[in-house]
Amino acid sequence: MYEKDGEKYFIVDSHMHFWDASRENWVQGREQYAKGWIDCFYGYHTLGPPETHWDWEHYLKVSEDDLMKDVFQDGYVDKAIFQSTYLKYWYKDGFNTVEQNGALLEKHPDKFIVNGRFDPRDGEAGLRQLEEDARRWNLRGVKVYTAEWHENGSRGWKLTDKDSYRFLEKCRELGIKNIHAHKGPTVWPLNKDAFSMEDVDQTATDFRDLNFIIEHAGIPRIDDFAYMAVQEPNVYAGLSVVIGAHLYARPKSFAKFMGELLFWVGEDRMTFGSDYNIWTPKWQIEGFVDWQMPDDEAFSDYPRLTTATKKKILGLNAAKLYGIDVPPECQLPTTAGEPMQPGEELVDEIAGSQA
Amino acid sequence: MSLRDTVWKALGTVLDPELDEPITDLDFVASCTVSAEGVASVHLRLPTFFCAPNFSFLMVADAHDAVSAVQGVTRAEIVLDDHHASAEINDGVAAHAGFVETFVGEADAELDELRRYFLEKAVVAGQDRVARPLVDAGVGPDELADLTLGSAPASKDLDRLRRRRAALGLRDDDDAPLLIHPDGSRVTAAQVPLHLRRARLTRLGIEANGELCTSFLKTRYAGTSGTG
Repeated sequence: MYEKDGEKYFIVDSHMHFWDASRENWVQGREQYAKGWIDCFYGYHTLGPPETHWDWEHYLKVSEDDLMKDVFQDGYVDKAIFQSTYLKYWYKDGFNTVEQNGALLEKHPDKFIVNGRFDPRDGEAGLRQLEEDARRWNLRGVKVYTAEWHENGSRGWKLTDKDSYRFLEKCRELGIKNIHAHKGPTVWPLNKDAFSMEDVDQTATDFRDLNFIIEHAGIPRIDDFAYMAVQEPNVYAGLSVVIGAHLYARPKSFAKFMGELLFWVGEDRMTFGSDYNIWTPKWQIEGFVDWQMPDDEAFSDYPRLTTATKKKILGLNAAKLYGIDVPPECQLPTTAGEPMQPGEELVDEIAGSQA
Repeated sequence: MSLRDTVWKALGTVLDPELDEPITDLDFVASCTVSAEGVASVHLRLPTFFCAPNFSFLMVADAHDAVSAVQGVTRAEIVLDDHHASAEINDGVAAHAGFVETFVGEADAELDELRRYFLEKAVVAGQDRVARPLVDAGVGPDELADLTLGSAPASKDLDRLRRRRAALGLRDDDDAPLLIHPDGSRVTAAQVPLHLRRARLTRLGIEANGELCTSFLKTRYAGTSGTG
């Protein structure tokens, strides 16, 4: 819970990790990838305020105590949702697997939600694993990383692949409602499809009863994301990296991203994620609550944020998607998770508050 | 102009396809030398170890073509440094192999379509650069829909927009409408407000990404400057 100026903010960190990028976990012969990956992340880390920077060694792997302090004690988070990312091609035991995250859930059942993952290239074994994970961790969501490397090749996969639909149908059957897809900065694989959002567009239409949270809001291809989100009411903007990489380091870009997302997607369909351990949640939450659209002429046709907007983005929307109990004094209505019709004006290409 | 300067100028025609900026402006050229025998040796560098190999390949291949075409250059050696696919890309480009041939089993399409995808974005974003000052000055949707490239105020942004349109095979003559959809068709007055909102958003994605990449490059190569 975060309190500021008499207002109480219920915080759901809907996109965070507990990773292991330590040298001991690097796959022999692929050390350059393991190091390159965490170096890339560290570049993002340095976009936070200088006083929040860690040294590189600490960044490789934090302890459980560090995490509990950073996220809950100092970081105001009421409920944190682990997004599992494997990357076993270069991290022996995985970067942050369901098991690693689940170990923390077992110790602190009231603090965490563990999301699973699937990769359709894993076939039957993958389907069985998903079932097992769903039972064991009571999965309500999964993270899919369509650009992930795999022993079967580095080309990634698409949500619309036939095998992917088998997994999505399995999700439906298992009561997994929330599909978090990484569609953001391009790192791999080779084909253009890796960052394309066309697959989300089609899949969101075919699985109306599932929610698709697009982490990083497709940035830098935020335009592709926005045009798609307008037409697919079950598509959400995950603000991980959107806040972390821009709020402090690129305030003007941040203001524009927020203004555009509020226009195209709306405040009921945006969810906060700190992306810990890239950054800690504390400064992001404090900064976001204090933040307002600049008065500058360049931002004049973007909406200003209300306290209700911030409360929904920081926790209430994700709480609704995940069925998390919110204390009565923090509750506000949100249409998150409800079936909606897309805005006709936007679909017909005739809307716009200003030429 | 020395041969080295001409080579540099040629490198200035090579764009980062995603950022729509010349690699020379982006400080991606780590070094550029030309020997007495006319061998041009160019080292390129990128903001991160994991920058997408498809964009990286395009830049190395385009640099190779641009430098090779300079009169007086007997051989072009383009080397991408510090990248997870440096070896494959450098060898592939040197051997004049295409992208698919370079990444056998990993890539299944050449990059023409990718290049086109980003050029279309550049054409959309460029319309915001040219039209935004007019909108701010009070020009309305009807007038904007009628505006042609020849009647828009002259600017560097307008020149750049014309070049990108030409590269896509779209009309770039004075009588061509300024506001067009990516397929070249005219934007109607009723579509103007949303069209420009979209154009602004596309421009935001490209420019914010450019700023981020620039800051990553600065951090990665702190203390060393390129030859720009």
